[in-house]
Amino acid sequence: MVAISENTKGGRSKMHSKKFALIVACASITMMFAAFTSAYIVRRAAGNWLEFRLPTVFFVNTVVILLSSITLQTSYHFFKNGKEFMYKGLLVFSFLLGLLFLVLQYQGWLDMTAIGVELTGNPSGSFVYVISAVHAAHILGGLAAITVALVQAFSLKYRVTPKRKLRFELTLIYWHFVDFLWLYLLTFFVIQS
Amino acid sequence: MASTKIAPEKTREDLLIEEQGFDDHFHDHHHGDKYQSNFIMKYVFSMDHKIIAKQFLITGMFWALIGAAMSIIFRLQLGFPEENFSWLKPLLGGWIIVDEAGIGSLDPQFYYALVTMHGTIIVFFVLTAGLSGTFSNLLIPLQVGARDMASPLLNMLSYWFFFMSGCVMFASLFLSTGPFSGGWTAYPPLSALPQASSGSAAGMTLWTVSLVLFVVSVLLGGINYITTVLNLRTKGMTMWRLPLTIWAFFVTAIIGLLSFPVLASAFFLMMCDRGLGTSFYLSEIFVGGQALDHVGGSPILYQHLFWFLGHPEVYIIILPAMGLVSEVLSVHSRKPIFGYKAMVYSILAIAFLSFIVWAHHMFMSGVNPFISNFFVLFTLIIAVPSAVKVFNWITTVYRGNLRFNSASLFALGFVSMFISGGLTGIFLGNSAIDIQLHDTYFVVAHFHIVMGIAAFFGMFAGIYHWYPKMYARFMNETLGKIHFWGTLIGAYAIFWPMHYLGLAGVPRRYYRFDTFDAFAHFGAMNKFITVAAIIVFALQVLFVVNFFYSIWKGKKVTTRNPWGASTLEWTTPIHAGHGNWPGKIPSVQRWAYDYGKDGKEFVSQVEPLAEGELTDGEGGHH
Ligand code: HEM
Ligand SMILES: [Cu+2]
Repeated sequence: MVAISENTKGGRSKMHSKKFALIVACASITMMFAAFTSAYIVRRAAGNWLEFRLPTVFFVNTVVILLSSITLQTSYHFFKNGKEFMYKGLLVFSFLLGLLFLVLQYQGWLDMTAIGVELTGNPSGSFVYVISAVHAAHILGGLAAITVALVQAFSLKYRVTPKRKLRFELTLIYWHFVDFLWLYLLTFFVIQS
Repeated sequence: MASTKIAPEKTREDLLIEEQGFDDHFHDHHHGDKYQSNFIMKYVFSMDHKIIAKQFLITGMFWALIGAAMSIIFRLQLGFPEENFSWLKPLLGGWIIVDEAGIGSLDPQFYYALVTMHGTIIVFFVLTAGLSGTFSNLLIPLQVGARDMASPLLNMLSYWFFFMSGCVMFASLFLSTGPFSGGWTAYPPLSALPQASSGSAAGMTLWTVSLVLFVVSVLLGGINYITTVLNLRTKGMTMWRLPLTIWAFFVTAIIGLLSFPVLASAFFLMMCDRGLGTSFYLSEIFVGGQALDHVGGSPILYQHLFWFLGHPEVYIIILPAMGLVSEVLSVHSRKPIFGYKAMVYSILAIAFLSFIVWAHHMFMSGVNPFISNFFVLFTLIIAVPSAVKVFNWITTVYRGNLRFNSASLFALGFVSMFISGGLTGIFLGNSAIDIQLHDTYFVVAHFHIVMGIAAFFGMFAGIYHWYPKMYARFMNETLGKIHFWGTLIGAYAIFWPMHYLGLAGVPRRYYRFDTFDAFAHFGAMNKFITVAAIIVFALQVLFVVNFFYSIWKGKKVTTRNPWGASTLEWTTPIHAGHGNWPGKIPSVQRWAYDYGKDGKEFVSQVEPLAEGELTDGEGGHH
């Protein structure tokens, strides 16, 4: 992708164009979830709506994902400051936290089924399943990005180059984004019920 | 780097670019070869925005022919319900039903499938991808002074997702149960229940897959367009110096990025209903002698989600056409665009309003009449920025030295169509009148004129105007004028009568009218419309012939700037290679519309301001 880096030299703006493009993409993903949640509101207002309590796992999960954002940010900090060991360690740790989030999410779905709120029942339950599943798919995308970062961290010789810094920052932006997305969704579900 | 041909003579613009341009050392590296070394990388998986633009254009033309041909087939049935269509059997096979008397007619199920495919193909594949995809790709880098898009890779992917989307839709045409047949808006339950009709089964599945791929294509393209406009403008190219084309593409991309994800969400819920048995859109239903498990869904929910995209989508289609028309009219009337800033603000106003009017498509869906009032209000307010634009186009042309060529004629035709169709929008925007007119031919007339024909005219204006930049040749002018006058008259002949049908209550999407006493006397009018449609179709074939003939045999372009335009794309060599400018990239000194200024016919954007000269478009208070 030689052309990109060269193109940006022609531009005068401070933000790297890849970073900017990622933020635009995040705005677009946000619209997707805005659609889901407003559909939820519209459907709920129409009545015939099952109220139920969200599984507690979803709250535990929130702590996990927030923690992973912090560890990834810290890992980036150590990456920039030459602390190779901490950088790699925290990168691995963040990845594991991300995985744990998915596992717990799955546990949450099992818990919902256990209390009789099934995927195919009243739309109030279906919405929670579907919205959290689409969110989980975005987490999966983030995990893929961290995996690439891991492979590079352990296969390349440790060096702080602008290119690697940029790549890390892109991963970081996306990970924070899906993290806050979950925070939004959970808050939304809580306020609605 | 051998791929960039440097024109033999150095123009004044060349010297200016050399003197003041920005040296990004683009040509120091030998990556040009990587892009253009072999046929596959150059023409198939190309990452050059100019080639990708042509890919979008030619794919769009392919789909336009298919979509239009479909409309001819269902119009034949509608215009000539008694006629024997057995001769279509070689093409349509089992979809032609032959009765005992030996009279062949179109299978009603297939009639609906054709109507649905026609709408889907024209709206998404032709007027979204074919129009925005072509001209955003061609013009954004060239007119903002960039080497290419921010990410050529995403740009290539955007085209190939569009291509795959087309393949899936094309495959659905050959299903034994037929393609999807529930209308381009795909309302549930026809779309959400596989057993609702034959097209609702595999046809709908492929329709959804195709459109999801399409959404990905639009998003990849849009991210790129926005990033390029904001980050890669050349030195001196402030936002207020952008040509209106770029403003239009930029805002279109933003609208697309905000509305297409909503469509993706709507489809996702739809897929869950179809595949997993959820009940987002399906309530208690008894079908085919059986009560279904679905409980508590709301089909109206889908309509909200769909039209939240659907209405912005019509502006995604028309804004790029408006941008092209503004540019073409200004260049060919040799006058600056009238009210540049008003044009930009009206684009922004339209974009904003387009997100808060969607329920005007649902006045008859049981929406609370009180809430309808808000939507009536916002809908009618859209007429204001629309009128501003129309006024400015007319004033731009007024007392100009208009060159009557194919490009400018189509641009004028656009204005005519936009006025005619916009006026009927005001009728429909009033919910009380819409009760009578909803789902009649009045609506069909409205949106075909204001969106369908108008956007096609904008696209034609763009093609005739930028053809020299794309292929270094001109299209044939005589054929172009025949194309224009025939299409203008023919399009009005098709759609004008439909207003009367609609006012008389003739519903849209019906297979035949001769069996209804109330509508049977419109038989002659329906014949007339069908004949006009066939003539207009033939004229479009003429256009396609002209297009391809001119690629090889058209009159050659001998100077870089055949129209005498001030924008940057005309400062590139006639055959611009990868990277667009052979040396430095130009730096911009003034706005894009200095025509007929200080005794000069036009002043290029690279020309420095003379001592004490003011430039317009940047606030005016210099
Ligand atoms: C003055 C501006 C406009 C107003 C007030 C307006 C109003 C309306 C209304 C109220 C409807 C719904 C009619 C019904 O289904 O009963 C409608 C349909 C439609 N309009 Fe417009 N419109 C305007 C301009 C446009 C423009 C500029 C476009 C496209 C470029 C457009 C495209 C459409 C389409 C595609 C439909 C029908 C969709 C369908 O049902 O299949 N309109 N318009
Ligand atoms: Cu609308």
